[in-house]
Amino acid sequence: MTAPVAITLTVNGERLTRLAEPRETLADFLRRDLGLTGTHLGCEMGVCGACLVMLDGTPVHSCLSFAVQADGSAVETIEGLTESAAVTDLQQAFHERNALQCGFCTPGMLVTAQGLLARKASPSREEIRDALSGNYCRCTGYEAIVDAIETVARRRAASREELPA
Amino acid sequence: MKAQAFSYVRPATIAQALDAFAGADGAATYIAGGQSLVPAMALRLQAPELLIDIAHLAELRGIALDEDGGLRLGALTRHAEAHDDPLIAAHAPLLALAAPFVAHPAIRNRGTLGGSVALADPASEFPAMMLALGATIEVAGPEGTRRIAAEDFFQDLYQTTMEPGELLVAFHIPAARPGDRCVFDELARRRGDYALVGCGVKLAMPAGTVDEARIAFLAVGPIPTRARNAEDALAGTRLDAEGIRAAQAALGADLDPQDDDQVPGAMRLHLARVLLGRLLGRLASAP
Ligand SMILES: Cc1cc2nc3c(=O)[nH]c(=O)nc-3n(C[C@H](O)[C@H](O)[C@H](O)COP(=O)(O)OP(=O)(O)OC[C@H]3O[C@@H](n4cnc5c(N)ncnc54)[C@H](O)[C@@H]3O)c2cc1C
Ligand code: FES
Ligand code: FES
Repeated sequence: MTAPVAITLTVNGERLTRLAEPRETLADFLRRDLGLTGTHLGCEMGVCGACLVMLDGTPVHSCLSFAVQADGSAVETIEGLTESAAVTDLQQAFHERNALQCGFCTPGMLVTAQGLLARKASPSREEIRDALSGNYCRCTGYEAIVDAIETVARRRAASREELPA
Repeated sequence: MKAQAFSYVRPATIAQALDAFAGADGAATYIAGGQSLVPAMALRLQAPELLIDIAHLAELRGIALDEDGGLRLGALTRHAEAHDDPLIAAHAPLLALAAPFVAHPAIRNRGTLGGSVALADPASEFPAMMLALGATIEVAGPEGTRRIAAEDFFQDLYQTTMEPGELLVAFHIPAARPGDRCVFDELARRRGDYALVGCGVKLAMPAGTVDEARIAFLAVGPIPTRARNAEDALAGTRLDAEGIRAAQAALGADLDPQDDDQVPGAMRLHLARVLLGRLLGRLASAP
């Protein structure tokens, strides 16, 4: 019974059914079975944050879940967040501020940033740093990442104010 | 590394979950949030043949007041809910205060209170806070359900009084009273790291003097530990400098941390004293 089982989930807005071995992590399922390699795998033990995806709207580690556990759920990967333009402003700000170098950590950083700004519209730098405590970056030294997220928080707040009441 | 092959079931009721466990001849493990179990399986520290996913058991959900005014927290309550829920903030504030110190935001979105307490990692925040709050733990097994005081629940390193196959169903926490004051903090090398020492304090101070103190430490020994001598030293005081110093001194009789590869035991005891002094000072100067 360790044989593959059928799971049905919504990935980046598309409902799909696939066979998955129970031992397969959600990260491996996304990367290998669906070819969504924007989800990165570093430590495979919940420490580096490269593998973060949105599961039913909140950031979770795809290395800390088996694909079978996500049966019935909705997953959004960096590909989906990019396509829906949900993180375009974050991506732009990361680019402007040089908040990425090799880019390995970036998909996870963007998911964390998106999750943070959904919970808290105007986080302090301290709160941004706190939110990033589970995301490792070996290149940038974090300062530029905090800057980029802070910039987007301000821009989003400003554009909300401009909306007619 | 990758987990060894296993089969997976997703029961809908406690009865089905217990049956699945009973039928697996000791080779099954429950999975809730998976935030400790999945990495343990990836490292092959654990290799169950059957994984029983309890994350969909409605009986293990819910945050509500009991008939007696206490709080019932389903085992599946997530770390993030402990942080955000208004009933928890009102009746079990120590859980809300400790939640930001548990791991990282994404782990808190998945990890459950039941998983944290069932695992009984001595460096974990929630088990110690269950002690400080005087929680009772409801457990279901083949013979029915029983309730265990948090006091009696933790036995040794990663060991609890739950029998293999028993399910942690819910926590029952006595209602908060007016004049209760709570505070939590910990010392760690980096944000999100497991604490070198952590402490939660709950004082009943309806009229300026300490009627009752409950103080629980984490990461000072094999199980979360109540500091009863320090509690006694505080009782009856007005939380003045003298009372605080007496409580700090009394910790020597409560805690006996051993040397480990992080810090010597004597340093951990020193840090525990420093931390308790800060926490009580904070409570004393709060309006
Ligand atoms: C990088 C990282 C950092 C972390 N840092 C911290 C930290 O600072 N502090 C901290 O406290 N924790 C920390 N954790 C652990 C985290 O809090 C876990 O989520 C929690 O300990 C387990 O909850 P879970 O629901 O994920 O349990 P699972 O991983 O699903 O299960 C853990 C164990 O409990 C058993 N179990 C789960 N639920 C039940 C139940 N209802 N009845 C009976 N048995 C059950 C399982 O069989 C398993 O043996 C960290 C984890 C990671 C990956
Ligand atoms: S790969 Fe998941 S946290 Fe590192
Ligand atoms: S940009 Fe290289 S790890 Fe962050």
